[in-house]
This record gives sequence, C-alpha cells and structure tokens, in this order.
Amino acid sequence: MEVELTQIDARHLAARAGDSAALALDRLSIASGEQVAVIGPSGAGKTTLLELIASALQPRRGKVELDGQNPWQMRSKMLQRLRGRLFLAPQTPPLPPRQRVVTAVLAGALPSMSLFASLRSLFYPIDIPGAHAALEAFDLAEKLFERVDRLSGGERQRVGLARALLTPASLWLIDEPLSSLDPNRAQQALSTLTANASQRGTTLIVTLHQVDAALANFPRIIGLRDGQMAFDLPVAEVTPERLRALYAQHEDELATALTRGIPMPEEPAAHGKHASVVTIQCR
Amino acid sequence: MVGSLILLWPLLVATEFRPLQLFDAQSREPTLRFLATMVPPAIHSDFLQLVIRESWRTVAIATAGIALALLVALPATLVSVRVLSVSALSGRMSPAAFLLRQGVRWVLILLRSVPELIWALVFVRVVGLGPTAGVLAIALTYGGMLGKVYAEILESGDPTVAQTLLRNGSSRLQAFFYGVLPQNAAELTSYTVYRWECAIRSSVVLGFVGAGGLGQQLDSSMKMFAGGEVSTLLLVFILLVGIADFVSSWLRRQLG
Repeated sequence: MEVELTQIDARHLAARAGDSAALALDRLSIASGEQVAVIGPSGAGKTTLLELIASALQPRRGKVELDGQNPWQMRSKMLQRLRGRLFLAPQTPPLPPRQRVVTAVLAGALPSMSLFASLRSLFYPIDIPGAHAALEAFDLAEKLFERVDRLSGGERQRVGLARALLTPASLWLIDEPLSSLDPNRAQQALSTLTANASQRGTTLIVTLHQVDAALANFPRIIGLRDGQMAFDLPVAEVTPERLRALYAQHEDELATALTRGIPMPEEPAAHGKHASVVTIQCR
Repeated sequence: MVGSLILLWPLLVATEFRPLQLFDAQSREPTLRFLATMVPPAIHSDFLQLVIRESWRTVAIATAGIALALLVALPATLVSVRVLSVSALSGRMSPAAFLLRQGVRWVLILLRSVPELIWALVFVRVVGLGPTAGVLAIALTYGGMLGKVYAEILESGDPTVAQTLLRNGSSRLQAFFYGVLPQNAAELTSYTVYRWECAIRSSVVLGFVGAGGLGQQLDSSMKMFAGGEVSTLLLVFILLVGIADFVSSWLRRQLG
C-alpha cells in the first residue's frame, strides 16, 4: 500500500489545545512495498505517526492518503474495510488472558473472515497450519495451544507480531516490536518481518528504539524529533553526526544502543515512552 | 444514641410503629389460632401433587423469564456498550452513535426501574391470570437489569483489546467475540446464574398477584385460612430456594 502525508498537524486526543503539535510533517511519501524504520528519542511522535498512517488518529490539518484514498472522507463502512487492509501492531499487544494462543494469532485474519467463520473458529480453529507457521517463524510453535496468560512478556509480543503474518493487510505498521525481546530474538523477529514483507510486497513501517537494529535492517530511515522530521534518508546517508543531532539531550538513549552494539531492551511499559532507565530482561 | 432516637421518633410516629399491638389480646388470639392450624403440614397426596406441579411451574416461570430477558439484554448490551464503538476509535463518538447508545441505556433503565411486581400487575390485566404474566414481568425487569450490568461488566475490562481488533478492520461482532467476551465470559455467566436464582424467589412473590406458580397457591391457601397447606407451601418454598442457591453456587464454582 502506498502512503502519502501532506502538511500534517496531528496531536493526541489527550493533549490540550494549547500544547505544541505532537506531530507536524510537511510531506512524507512511502511507496508500495517499501521498508522504513522510524527512529528518534522518546516523545518524538513515533507512535503518533504510526497511528496517523493507520487511520487510528485523525489529523487536525493536512491530508492522509492511502493508495490515493483519503480515509477521513470515507463512510464508516468503507473506512473499516480500509482498516482491514492495514495492520497496526501496538507495542504491548493487548490479548485476553484466557484466550488460547492459536485464537489470538488467528484474530489477525478476522478482516478476511465472515462472521460465521470467525465464530466457528472459536470452537475449532479454522487455520491451524497457518497459525502454526506464523508462530514457527517467531520460534513459538510449541505454544500453539497454550493460554495467553501463561506466556512471558516477550512471548506475548511475538504472538502480536505473528498476527501480522495472517492478516490480509498490505501495510504493516509496527510499534517498537523489540521492546521486550532479547537481542537474538530481536534480530530474528526483525528478519522475519522484513523477509515476509518483501516476499508479499507489503509496505512495512517500524518504529524502533534500537538505532543499530534500524540501520542494519532497513534501507530507509526516518528520524523524528519533537514532532518534526529531522531527516528522511537512505540508510547509507545516515551519519553518526546526524544521529547525534537527532538524539541531542537524549544521548543516553543513543549511547546505550551504539556502545553495546546490540538492540537495547526496554521496560515493557504500557505506552513505552520511558526509555531513560535501561533494564536487561532475563528470560 | 439519644440524638438518633430523637431523629427516629418522628419516623416511628409517621409509620404508626406500635410493636405492642402484636401482643394485645385482640390480635394475639387469631394469630395463635392460625399458627396452631399450621402445625401438622398438609401432606395428603392430592395436595402434594398440586404442590409439586406448582413448584415446577415456578422454576419454569423463572427460567423462561430469564431466557426472554436475555433476548432483551444481549442485543441491548451489544448496541449500548462503548468499547465496540467504531467512531470512537479516532476521537469522539459520532453524535448519532452516542444518541443511539444513550437511548438504549435509558430504555434499559426504564425497564429495570419498574419492579417486576408492577409489570406483573399490568400483564395480569393484559393477558389474564396465569404464568404468562409472570414470565413477561420477569423478562422485562430482568432484561433491563441484565442489560445494564452486562454493559458495565464489559466496560470494566481492558478496552484496548477490542480497540486493537477494530483498528485492524474487524467488525464489531468479531471484536466482541475475540476481544471482549473472552475477558468477561466467566463473570457474565456467573451473574446470569445468580439472577436466575433471584428470579425463582421473585416468581413466588409474583404468584400473589395472580401470575401463577407456588405464590398463587400460597395466596389462596392463606385466604382460606388453611394453615396446614400454608406451612407445606412455605417449607417447599424454602427447599426450592435452597436448591436454587445450591445449584447456582455450584455452577458458579464450575465456571470460576
């Protein structure tokens, strides 16, 4: 799916009128099938950008276009159909605790299922092989019939990502997919996402706290700072100077990521806006 | 203490509260006479058969009433629950959707704020004496109660689960079955079973206004001063409530 944003001014619903804009973009266009990482310090507006593209957040001003269509001029039925063609994965996937993993993963395919099929699937999962393959890709196949509340935070996050592989979507918007994964799992998860996206021709937009993981896996990098676009460049042109400027006054976030040379684990906080305290999660 | 007595005094006067009246000779004598007739409970087989039939009818009224109440409550809940709003996904709920949700809520409040006894009196006028009036009365009041409490239970859960599904293009019903119901199924069932137990108790009361079941029998035995029959009916009633209580707590334990 093709994404085109023009002269956007957007802020979160909770923000008050007088606050500075959470996100102000002049122009951003992402071609169909492109893979983009969005980086920047905490509070730069990365999540807001994803929600804006996912038509989960209506901009105050400006135009959002997905495949040339403006979602905010659609009737609600059409908008809901359009939403079925994109997949927004929040940082901590909210999953009902008593649900089985197979059902939680198959929930990704709901937009392509009829109501009857989705009800039948609650009793006898319709696409067990598909769910198995999706979990396998994230090394979770043995948890297929486990209950969600028996999973660790990292496993839950990977269940949320496995959903993507079953959606009929042609645009994946993934918020901080690595926040509760250890370095090996993190690299595996990113490779799985990028490989599957390019195989299907799906547009992939990922926000990342781990600068080195972004540089290593994505051909195009967008740097956000204070709701403004700092740069939008091919990965080869993202120099250490640019990164230092992007993270000025937030050096701790950059330093940890670069000196360790590994993706930086972060607390699985509900909205994940606090990265100043770095903890390593033990598994 | 003294202060509360002073405050209480006008209330007692207003309610003509004179407990001594219970013990004066005029009322003591008929009371004791009636109590005396209750002592051997009536157990001749004709009457017992009648009692068994009426108990069964009482259970049937309660169960049919709850089933009809669910027919009212489930659609009303689905329509009125806020977590399934598509327009609220991106900002404020649209005015039409808000009005519809609020309207359904008001109807539920109306249904539940009229006690089932009043509904029963109304329906006895409409459909005549008999269990039908009881079933309809329970259906309306309990439909309102179930609908309101269901919506509250569903909204007390984590709204982001359904929100995530809706944002990815699921329909409302799909989001309900995959995101809302799995969180709250146990609580919903347990509340429904508890309400069924309440319906059994209240269907006995409804009998007094002619809505069939044990209560109607109790009323006519009372009017004929048949003490033996009254005590049998009361014992059966206590037994029935006990069984309903037991069944409902067993069911809820199984679901817990």
